[in-house]
Amino acid sequence: MKALINSVSRLGRGTIFLSKILAGIPQLFLRFQLVVQQVYSVGVQTLFITLIAGLFVGMVLALQLYYTLTTFGATDTLGMIVDLSLVRELGPVVAALLFAGRAGSALTAEIGLMKATEQLSGLEMMAVDPVHRIIAPRFLAGFISMPLLAAIFSAVGILGAYSVGVDLLGVDSGAFWSQIQAKVDFYDDVMNGIIKSVVFGFIVSWIAVFEGYDCIPTSEGVARATTRTVVHSSLAVLAMDFVLTAIMYQ
Amino acid sequence: MTQALIQIRNLHFSRGRSKIFDGIDMDIHAGRITAVMGPSGTGKTTLLKLIGGQLKPDAGEIMVDGLNVHQLKRADLYKLRQKMGMLFQSGALLTDLSVFENIAYPLREHTNLSDSLIRSMVLIKLQAVGLSSAHHLMPSELSGGMARRVALARAMALDPMMIMYDEPFTGQDPISLGVLVKLIRDTNNALKLTSIVVSHDVDETLSIADDVKIISQGKVVAAGTKEEIKHSDSPWVRQFIDGQADGPVPFHYPGDTIEQQLLQDIR
Ligand SMILES: Nc1ncnc2c1ncn2[C@@H]1O[C@H](COP(=O)(O)OP(=O)(O)OP(=O)(O)O)[C@@H](O)[C@H]1O
Ligand SMILES: [Mg+2]
Repeated sequence: MKALINSVSRLGRGTIFLSKILAGIPQLFLRFQLVVQQVYSVGVQTLFITLIAGLFVGMVLALQLYYTLTTFGATDTLGMIVDLSLVRELGPVVAALLFAGRAGSALTAEIGLMKATEQLSGLEMMAVDPVHRIIAPRFLAGFISMPLLAAIFSAVGILGAYSVGVDLLGVDSGAFWSQIQAKVDFYDDVMNGIIKSVVFGFIVSWIAVFEGYDCIPTSEGVARATTRTVVHSSLAVLAMDFVLTAIMYQ
Repeated sequence: MTQALIQIRNLHFSRGRSKIFDGIDMDIHAGRITAVMGPSGTGKTTLLKLIGGQLKPDAGEIMVDGLNVHQLKRADLYKLRQKMGMLFQSGALLTDLSVFENIAYPLREHTNLSDSLIRSMVLIKLQAVGLSSAHHLMPSELSGGMARRVALARAMALDPMMIMYDEPFTGQDPISLGVLVKLIRDTNNALKLTSIVVSHDVDETLSIADDVKIISQGKVVAAGTKEEIKHSDSPWVRQFIDGQADGPVPFHYPGDTIEQQLLQDIR
């Protein structure tokens, strides 16, 4: 019972906090360099693992699918199937999970430490609202970066599948690309993937900044908040993925 | 005497079940240095945060410059805070900015001064705390005492009407201590500031303070000018000023005595 009340009150605080962040976003257009700096630091943190992970996921997909498809003599469709899986599902979801683990946890730890070392209080006493100056740019940066990272993940994944499927296993290069061109729809597939990653970026960034801002300001409190960010945002991404998929492809 | 700059009336505040302030009244007068002393954990930092509007009292009111801090609208509170400098006990410097940028931060936020003007102002403030050649360092490269002096320079950056110093003397060597004491005194006189100094260092604090308040167990147990406090024969004051363990001010955190706790372990 106590746990339930606790979760409900956290959800309430989180929502109020979100509305404060959103109220602070219009001001950010005047200080857009704050957001650009954050996009840069999120990008640096996450780009490398996104590239590596995308490459391997694409390569593994190609291998797995090739053996199955050979039994049907349909290896020409390899590129198309890989592309659909990446753009619709794996790109947004896996990139969001990586983002939660790398950038989300770093975001929570950074904000939590700023709270523990009284930097946020210090800003308040300098008559600077930390939600507007510290939190909102980080939130917006996460939100902007997520679709970009998902797109990079999918693109690299397709290249990985190409190198395995075409160069290694001998699928026809022309068929690989023409099947993609013919069967992957811009609105149904690409746009829906982008919408997913925008939603995931919103959720992960929200959870990460809220956990940091709401943490108990001690080293232990920050450590716990960081763990919670990864666990909660990963679960939220997977659950939201189900909901979105159900709505989009009914 | 003129109307007090800060008037605290019947202030009540508690954290969870522990009562921190149990009806405090206090006047802090403009242009003077007021020392707030008291044992560790009595709520001196809490008092400064209440004055700055970061915490809300359970009852009572705090008037600063004629405004009730806890009934102000957000925008007005922020306007008031621009006139309040605060030196945090921990320094509270922004760790991703250099010393220079930390002090420039409030100037950049609240003024439209040109870069060259900001540069000169920051360097002057740093010069005053003896750190003008440390402007390029990051906070992580500073010692605790240096960080506190940078924080002091930042608190003074906007030339506020009042500055609250939370333990400005801790961690300072005798030379910087002397400089700081003089700096607080001189800025207070030259800029007609009002200063509140929270400290345990009885000698340093008494050497610069005009007025002294001693708080203990949620009450103001003594208040008066420096001379009155020095010559007071109240047991509270004597115990605190002379540093005796026995007296009305408890040295131990309230609760079970050690005898009771040891007996519980045996049972
Ligand atoms: N965030 C908090 N949550 C709960 N209790 C707190 C919190 N901060 C302080 N306290 C309690 O409030 C009391 C007063 O704390 P405060 O920091 O104001 O003391 P202080 O007089 O500044 O002590 P010191 O001289 O050691 O700095 C302490 O007993 C502490 O246990
Ligand atoms: Mg304190």
